[in-house]
Amino acid sequence: MSVGATASGMSGDPYKLGYSHHGHLEPGTDEATGHGEGGPASKRIVVAYGFWIFLLSDIIMFSAFFASYAVLSGATAGGPTGRELFDLPRVAIQTLCLLTSSFACGLAAIATRLRNHLWTQIGLLVTGLLGVVFLALEFQEFTTMIAQGAGPSRSAFLSSFFALVGCHGLHVTAGLLWLGTMMAQVFVKGFQPPILRRLMCFSLFWHALDIIWVALFSVVYLIGAYS
Amino acid sequence: MNASSNTRDDQRDLAPGDELITDGDVASGLLGYVIGFVLALGLTACSFYVAGSDLIWKPGIPTGLIVLAVAQMGVHLVFFLHITTSPDSTNNVLALAFGVLIVVLVIGGSLWIMAHLDHNMMPMDKLMEMQR
Repeated sequence: MSVGATASGMSGDPYKLGYSHHGHLEPGTDEATGHGEGGPASKRIVVAYGFWIFLLSDIIMFSAFFASYAVLSGATAGGPTGRELFDLPRVAIQTLCLLTSSFACGLAAIATRLRNHLWTQIGLLVTGLLGVVFLALEFQEFTTMIAQGAGPSRSAFLSSFFALVGCHGLHVTAGLLWLGTMMAQVFVKGFQPPILRRLMCFSLFWHALDIIWVALFSVVYLIGAYS
Repeated sequence: MNASSNTRDDQRDLAPGDELITDGDVASGLLGYVIGFVLALGLTACSFYVAGSDLIWKPGIPTGLIVLAVAQMGVHLVFFLHITTSPDSTNNVLALAFGVLIVVLVIGGSLWIMAHLDHNMMPMDKLMEMQR
């Protein structure tokens, strides 16, 4: 069995479980599979898997914030409720920004796969600009609420709201800093394997933030504004 | 390993975010993102519409919104993060399953316990009277 035949084995039955797409492997005849035969998985796979574990732990941290919000969402202490505070058109624009940003990040990943510098940079730039718009809208929301006297110290509901939404906002801010660094690194160093791994981790991070925002706008804003 | 294979050293193990396509196959990669984007936009629009309308029974709206949110998270996982059921991404799926288990335990458990506490606690005004 040649290595070439193994690489084209993708077109075979992808659902065939086991160590190889060609039935049993003879030890030492094949490249590394990461399935326990032929040595460990490649660095790219290991890095991405480790980062995936980090993202899941981050999501678990968010679940604690969600739990505290869900428990405290009724504890308004006589202060303003979500129904009075939330501005749904702005949330809709924020959602659109983050969704499109995630899409642009995916397009940048495709351009990276093609080793196209220009379109990678354009994709990352659009990703970043939409992220900035999202953050600006969130900042505007927070300042408006605090100016109305509905700051995080007003009630337990507002404390948990600012903790949850603010934590997501901090993640987006960190993501934007990372994005700027990646654009500079791609510009200076080109598509070297370490840069490619970092780009992959960044796009995973950005898509994961979008998933958390889906839970946020549904649970916090939509349910909060209408119930 | 030759130098050109530095992105996909191994064709049979998938990193999260990697797709089960060959490097040249851009059109299908693009199509995946477009399908995901359209589905996500559609589900978002549904959520915003359902929340403000009387299309469904009013007390059922929160449940409906959560169902739509879970559906959209699934769309994001499959089309953007490329976490699929293919045997090559078993590790990723198992890690995700464990993450989901913990999330369900944390959120469900908190709501359950706190609801019971609320139920068993004396109303606050009576508690104040007792302390006087």
